[in-house]
Amino acid sequence: MKRTPLYDRHIRLGARIIDFGGWDMPVQYTTVIEEHKATRQAAGLFDICHMGEIDVKGSGAFDFLQIVMSRNLEGQKEGTMRLSVMTTEQGGVIDDLTIYLIEDNWYRIVTNAGTKDKDLAWMVKLKDKRGFTGVEIVDMSDAIGKVDIQGPESHAVLAPLVRDDVTSLKYYHFIETVIEDIPVLVSRSGYTGEDGFEIYGDADNIGEVWDTLLAAGADRGLLPVGLGARDTLRLESGFMLYGNDMDETTTPLEVTYGWVSNLEKDFVGSDILRKQREEGVKKKLVGFEMLDRGIARHGYKVFKDGSEVGEVTSGTFAPTVGKAIGMAFVPPSLKEPGTEIDIHIRSKSAKAKIVGIPFYKRKKT
Amino acid sequence: MATVNPDDRLYSEEHEWALDNGDGTITMGITDHAQELLTDIVYVELPEVGKKVKQMEPVAVVESVKSVSDVYSPVSGDVAEVNDALEDQPELINEDPYGEGWIARITMDEPAELDRLMEAAAYTVMIEEEEDEEE
Repeated sequence: MKRTPLYDRHIRLGARIIDFGGWDMPVQYTTVIEEHKATRQAAGLFDICHMGEIDVKGSGAFDFLQIVMSRNLEGQKEGTMRLSVMTTEQGGVIDDLTIYLIEDNWYRIVTNAGTKDKDLAWMVKLKDKRGFTGVEIVDMSDAIGKVDIQGPESHAVLAPLVRDDVTSLKYYHFIETVIEDIPVLVSRSGYTGEDGFEIYGDADNIGEVWDTLLAAGADRGLLPVGLGARDTLRLESGFMLYGNDMDETTTPLEVTYGWVSNLEKDFVGSDILRKQREEGVKKKLVGFEMLDRGIARHGYKVFKDGSEVGEVTSGTFAPTVGKAIGMAFVPPSLKEPGTEIDIHIRSKSAKAKIVGIPFYKRKKT
Repeated sequence: MATVNPDDRLYSEEHEWALDNGDGTITMGITDHAQELLTDIVYVELPEVGKKVKQMEPVAVVESVKSVSDVYSPVSGDVAEVNDALEDQPELINEDPYGEGWIARITMDEPAELDRLMEAAAYTVMIEEEEDEEE
């Protein structure tokens, strides 16, 4: 089992540890609901060291990524990031990832934890196959540590600790700076639906960054937050989770990644996706909320008029919304908000209705 | 963990408690240790009154944000009453597992089955051993 550089700190904080894709990760320190609420109302600090970072650089890096990634990277400026997916020849989602442009022809790709090795192998194979000899692909995952600070107070906690200005840093922009002499890359982004920052540093001293933020945030209500609340926060905000809501059997058009798939350019899988766009998808990922009592979970079957029509991909009790919510694949004819569906929960059928995503939207200040 | 398990009732290995009401029924719920492991109970699926249950077979379901767990009946019999308050306030199980957080009352088929349950002292030792094993 792999451990992040912060593992000993989680144990000292009393975290409950679970196996997450081969990593020993904190699922909760106190309770999921308490950590969820702290992030919505104040701030939460997350160990994200398990996620992967892959650098793609050198002559031809841009041209290479235009073929690998669904997103059009044309016009991306240094210091900005973009969300994208990689797809197979069949258009299936290999991973969803963020692409940081550090400088001309130097990209940092941030991947999910469980998919990093697969992503790396895929990229190396494509590089060789397509003859991008000037492109260098480097796995930085062990060298880089990552912590996220998320929530309405995250800016107030972070800003005084950072040498450079993060106040004017826009969403999906990043800077390279220092936190108390420790070099870091800070982006304004996250996976919770709140204002917040993702912070990358050397794995060797990411622990000091964690300690500094935890101490600085204590009197503003910042709590360390485990994967349990990370999941409820992302689901309320309508973010998908790779492996739960999509995988290689799913195309970006079937989930909510049509907008990151630029079908005006050619990339691996784009032919199939163009065809799918013309013919229409056969299943579509939608949000739902339960009308009857009960919580729908991953894998539960969806019914309409007595026939099985789909499957739940994510489901939970949403602490801020105060309802049981989830995402499910349904036929496109049932995707309109307000449509009622039935979900089989153990031996019973429970009513739910399709609703728009996200389930929760923060008030912009 | 300094859990006090009341000694007026009996306990199962699956972390349920059974309080003998002396009228052929028991009241049952889950233990303080069980609610602590689950944390944040957000949903309870209660059985129908009249449902027949067998000893150590599922009688209810409790869900935390993350997990779904069966609750086993400590005795065989018929469900005589359920704690409807849990429908709107599932957190009562976290707050008061041995009182307001009771789950059901069951009319016993075979009172001798109670002999298969543990006294409070034995249950306390069992959970301490489980915790030691985790470390």
